[in-house]
Amino acid sequence: MAKLNVNGKMIDVEAAGDTPLLWVLREQIGLTGTKYGCGVAQCGACTVHIDGVATRACALPLDAVTAEQKIVTIEGLSPDGSHPVQQAWIKHEVPQCGFCQSGMIMATAALLQANPKATEADIASEITNICRCGTYARVKTAILDVVAGGTLGRG
Amino acid sequence: MSISTVTTGFRPSRRSLLAGSAAAAGAFTFGFTIPFGSEAQAQAVVPEINAWVVIHPDDKVVIRIARSEMGQGTLTGLAQLVAEELNCDWAKVTTEYPTPGQNVARNRVWGNFSTGGSRGIRESHDYVRKGGAAARTMLIQAAANEWKVPASECVAEKSVITHKASGRSLRYGQVAAAAAKIEAPKDVALKDPKDWTIAGKPLARLDTAPKTDGSKIYGMDLKMPGMLNAAIKDCPVFGGKVKSFDAAKIKDMPGVKHVLPVGDSAVTVVADTWWQAKTALDALPIVWDEGQHAKVSSASLAEWLKEGLDAPNAVVGNQNGDVKAAISGAARTIEAVYSYPFQNHACMETMNATALYTPDKCEVWTPTQNGEAALAATAEASGLPIAKCEAYKIDLGGGFGRRGAVHDWVRQVVAIAKQIPGTPVKLIWSREEDMLHGRFHPLTQCKMTGALDKDGNLTGLHMRISGQSIVAGIFPQNIQNGRDPVVFQGLNASGPEASIGYTIPNLLIDHAMRNPHVPPGFWRGVNLNQNAIYLESFLDELAHAAGKDPLEFRRAMMKNHPKHLAVLNAAAEKAEWGKPLPAGMFRGICQTMGFGAYVAAVAEVSVSDDGKLKIHRIVAATDPGHVVNPAQVERQIEGSFVYGLSAALYGEITIKDGRVEQENFDTYEVMRLEAMPAVETVLVPSGGFWGGVGEPTIAVAAPAVLNAIFAATGKRIRNLPLKNADLKKA
Repeated sequence: MAKLNVNGKMIDVEAAGDTPLLWVLREQIGLTGTKYGCGVAQCGACTVHIDGVATRACALPLDAVTAEQKIVTIEGLSPDGSHPVQQAWIKHEVPQCGFCQSGMIMATAALLQANPKATEADIASEITNICRCGTYARVKTAILDVVAGGTLGRG
Repeated sequence: MSISTVTTGFRPSRRSLLAGSAAAAGAFTFGFTIPFGSEAQAQAVVPEINAWVVIHPDDKVVIRIARSEMGQGTLTGLAQLVAEELNCDWAKVTTEYPTPGQNVARNRVWGNFSTGGSRGIRESHDYVRKGGAAARTMLIQAAANEWKVPASECVAEKSVITHKASGRSLRYGQVAAAAAKIEAPKDVALKDPKDWTIAGKPLARLDTAPKTDGSKIYGMDLKMPGMLNAAIKDCPVFGGKVKSFDAAKIKDMPGVKHVLPVGDSAVTVVADTWWQAKTALDALPIVWDEGQHAKVSSASLAEWLKEGLDAPNAVVGNQNGDVKAAISGAARTIEAVYSYPFQNHACMETMNATALYTPDKCEVWTPTQNGEAALAATAEASGLPIAKCEAYKIDLGGGFGRRGAVHDWVRQVVAIAKQIPGTPVKLIWSREEDMLHGRFHPLTQCKMTGALDKDGNLTGLHMRISGQSIVAGIFPQNIQNGRDPVVFQGLNASGPEASIGYTIPNLLIDHAMRNPHVPPGFWRGVNLNQNAIYLESFLDELAHAAGKDPLEFRRAMMKNHPKHLAVLNAAAEKAEWGKPLPAGMFRGICQTMGFGAYVAAVAEVSVSDDGKLKIHRIVAATDPGHVVNPAQVERQIEGSFVYGLSAALYGEITIKDGRVEQENFDTYEVMRLEAMPAVETVLVPSGGFWGGVGEPTIAVAAPAVLNAIFAATGKRIRNLPLKNADLKKA
């Protein structure tokens, strides 16, 4: 039995210690917004926040996460889809199939929290998630829009 | 009935299983509605106006969509076409999928479910618009009946019917039940596209919000009461079989419930969770009988295809004049050999499906580009008649052709479910399985021979394609006299689908079919991809050899191809072809036609002294006849360049010991944001025909860039991907 702090709630989970956090979230806790894309931390579809840092959950074993660490998934990013990154995604209609977008949004939210004035160069080097539909142009536009709005990173 | 309205009462019926997943997901809201089976029809409170339109008393408009949504926006585009003729309030529109079983039961009232070949809108615009128009006519008639006035005195706008003379009005929701009982009109007139107010406009997609908060449920996310999870390994060498596996070694591992054969070539582990299934499967000793292809390599395939470049037997795709005479009498002949590798679709969501089998019913839930093909695969694999099977479509986490023609994963999940009757089972392919068992973009080579006269005009062209036929691999019954017509995409003499844009006095385009054991598939853009690279790169070679501007060299051969030419000109104008670029920047240009649309592109690139390529900007022009949603067309074009450039820059599946070498994104690289160029789209719809938009522009991505690289470096890259090419200054 392990204890995890997920989206502000303490949750007991029963899984082998080497189970990747991704599959604990999806299969034990039932939070399927975090996606499986590759299992080797290449594509970023599984990105969650651990203490605010974007982390690829598919390659992180349950054993390596403590009860003190705060895990936030796409479901917990905002209570109602109102996070500025989510709103920018809707405004610019970023998603196509949408499968990779939870990870894109979580990676972006972490980037802008740490670096609210991210430049195009910062975005290019930090947002390395794979999207096969090819939404990159809209991802970039949406991020720059959030940066221009200045709603993130304060306090 | 909306899926989110069902919150309790799991029953092992087709509908409650999906509903069960909604309930299990708790607070999640769903972006799609539950499939309405015959059961739902019987219980339905709201009768349909016709197969395409249901209107609720509160005016909610439900538009039924037969094609699959996989990101391309067809759900929104098709709804726009129906809503345009329905004259309904767009703000009240939602959509739902009919099921393939319902389509069969109702004599295919929704037509073709297949969602590939960029044909979602272009092949159904007529009947879906007629569906909307017929429903509008019936709604107006219902109001006219109530008022006892002639229908001709009534008009409908934004879901409100008005009788002008008396000033009376009724909402669609008020007359929908009466309209449903009115006989459908035999013939309806459609609006002139210039009068459109919903179609043709850049309306917001209907399905965005659930893709931003984790609430959208993909096939991989399905949960059902009592469901088990399956991982699978198919013989890594295509055509091989399972010799033996030692189930005893893993049967006591956590969560493991079953270790089962799947057909004669695969093994599955079924467990409580997928991670447990995968972990146990990785530990399972399996001995393969690798069969006759275990020694095949990319090098041996290349040798075989090379032989086809000069083989005496080839099937003619397009021919005029006497190419042999033109070449032998030419002032100058130019020859070049090109090749294009296997590609994997690499959808972000790996193949998956959930199945429930009992001796008298088999049901499958799966992301599919063709619900009817998924249903057929379900019936075939279960051994039950179609009437006892059903397939439920779930929006796809990427399709690109992988989830259309071949439903290998559906056959597998049914074969598993059949061995554990009464238990729902979800099969998910690992990324490794998905890479090893793709249905790959075909392997081809091409020998180009061009004849120039003393003035540098192209007098003859022989294009010999050698290699794989997708049709032979998937629909062999469609090969007639050894001819695969799809091989000649973009090269046909004429026709509305994929014709060549040049008049060349002596022309021969032929194909020497060589089919490797690696299974081919329809990969977004299909054969237009490599055909455009071969032809458009070689025309660039000829233009340079003739000392002519690549645009002018093309224009001289396009007088009889005004639509091709207009799009090429549109791209050239927007990109300001001919105007000097900043130092170090270079352009390439190309055009082609496929999937019923005309496309052209100009790429602007730079190549550093140490050979690093940067693609700065691409201008893409397209004439698809009509544009139903310009905002979504722009997104399709941008996305198509990512897919096309991923292949051009990195995409390559290689074969060693009969199997695929690339097992994940670390070795099968794809384009990421950092490499994304600015894409400017130029939409020049000329009307009068309907072309596709999801695929055609992929084909101009690579040749535009390759031609720009030549302009920058003097190096002609004839073998992709570019990651293998040395672009360093000589």
